[in-house]
Amino acid sequence: MNTQSARKRRMRQNLTAYSFIAPNFLGFAIFTLGPIILAFIMAFMEWDGSNPMKFVGLSNFTNLFHNERFMAALVNTVNYSLFTVPLTLVAALGLAVLLNQQIKGRTFFRTVTFFPYVASLVAVAAVWNMLFTPAKGGLMNQLLMNVFHAAPLKWAASPDTVMMTIVLFSIWKNMGYYMVIYLAGLQGISGDLYEAAALDGANSIQKFWYVTLPQLKPTTFFVIIMLTISCFKIYDIVYMLAGGSNGVVNKSAMVLVYYIYEEAFRNWKLGSASAAALVLFAIVLVVTLIQFRGEKNYAND
Amino acid sequence: MSSKSTNRMIHNIIIYFLLILLAIIMLVPFVWMISSSLKMNKDIFVIPYEWITKEPKWRNYIDIWTKIPLGRYAMNTVKLTVVVTFLQILTSSFAAYAFAKLQFRGRNALFLAYIATIAVPWQVYMVPQFLFMRKLGLADTHLAIIILQAFSAFGVFLMRQFYEGIPDSLCEAARIDGMSEYGIYAHIMLPLSKPALSTLFIFTFVNTWNDFLGPLIYLTTDTKKTLQIGIKMFISQYSAEYGLIMAASVISLIPVLIVFMSLQKYFVAGITTGAVKG
Repeated sequence: MNTQSARKRRMRQNLTAYSFIAPNFLGFAIFTLGPIILAFIMAFMEWDGSNPMKFVGLSNFTNLFHNERFMAALVNTVNYSLFTVPLTLVAALGLAVLLNQQIKGRTFFRTVTFFPYVASLVAVAAVWNMLFTPAKGGLMNQLLMNVFHAAPLKWAASPDTVMMTIVLFSIWKNMGYYMVIYLAGLQGISGDLYEAAALDGANSIQKFWYVTLPQLKPTTFFVIIMLTISCFKIYDIVYMLAGGSNGVVNKSAMVLVYYIYEEAFRNWKLGSASAAALVLFAIVLVVTLIQFRGEKNYAND
Repeated sequence: MSSKSTNRMIHNIIIYFLLILLAIIMLVPFVWMISSSLKMNKDIFVIPYEWITKEPKWRNYIDIWTKIPLGRYAMNTVKLTVVVTFLQILTSSFAAYAFAKLQFRGRNALFLAYIATIAVPWQVYMVPQFLFMRKLGLADTHLAIIILQAFSAFGVFLMRQFYEGIPDSLCEAARIDGMSEYGIYAHIMLPLSKPALSTLFIFTFVNTWNDFLGPLIYLTTDTKKTLQIGIKMFISQYSAEYGLIMAASVISLIPVLIVFMSLQKYFVAGITTGAVKG
């Protein structure tokens, strides 16, 4: 009798809990979990979206690595990350150290640095395209010619400088976000450590090198992981800065997500697009696993 | 003693030099945006630049509304942003309550499913998701964009983190008083979680307002497009209409600026919760 009522109560508890989760979970399971599973299946199929699917084994993957545009996308995305991750990191750290000091207008400077991160990409990319216009009248070319006495550049219009322009833009847009993470990290460092260093006669550079940097190691690790993952997902910046009026991106600025988009929604090669998507997933997964391992290490410290 | 004060002065000079440099780098694009939005196209690239134009051409801000259906784009964006943000906050806080405060069968497995999908970038499954929506007849509808954004695992995760910090004893006391779980959620948890709700609000608002790839894939009919896609289309067609492009850009930034300015501290809190957790 007693156990039965206990069971009944537990059942009611379960039902109440499920009723809380259901609205979100149903949407999540149907529209996120389902498609993720489908992505894994489609990568091994040949499909144009209307005719029946055909199983083709691993050939989508082998074809990818013989495909010029895909390889260009992969190489460009890796290159983009190799430049963007360290440069954004250094900029964010520098800004955090600068804006962690007691200075007038500190909140103003933090806000100004952070705002580009929330500003709509289309709007800021439109200005950026004007400032970095290949014409001589653009602000950046004027700066190059009159202040640095250098030749004007073609920026996003030339295959040689398009990636550099994209890297510069994403540093400018995103460094405020990582600065905020570093600011939180800096505030977590105990003041005692700096006092001890001061007693030992350390100057501010030594304090930065021997106290700040080592103490920020977990933050830096986290920032590297987040930055790397977001770099591999880059798409819209490329589309806005390097896409022609028809939205087509040249090989020199091709990135992974753009390749997926193009294969799927322009060429309707859905299997091949999904295979490329799984390559993206594999890269992100490796980075995430490194993060898990790293977190364990820092937790043990 | 005097060498110490000269050191101090050099230190200050360097800092203020860096701050001015920073302000220039961060602000010039926005100043340029506003300045050009008030100029004729032919005057924009005239050297030396006229940063504050003597005869501001306010017409750009009137013409842009008739040149493209900017009002329609804005309405669509507002509608999507409001609905998505509302649903996201409602369903996430609801689900997070169960994950944080209720015991039930399958809790850990379900939560693991949420966590695991946070690690899968949307770009990995955007293609099958689109095909599925198309099958349901949802291609080229606002409903598709709403579904796409409203059930994120991130929201559930964020809210759960916050609820974990609220003592269980509060819920226990209310249960003893005979309050139902729904009552506890509505009358105790929700009022206490205003900071977390604000964080989720600003994140969802900014993401939906600025979303580009989602609307680009789904919305093909012109009258259904959002501000971002609409302005991008205008740029593609009239790439030399600088004044109008800049006016449209300024208009599209204003709502984000307002929300950001008023809720900035919650935005920062949201970023750092993620960082501390990581």
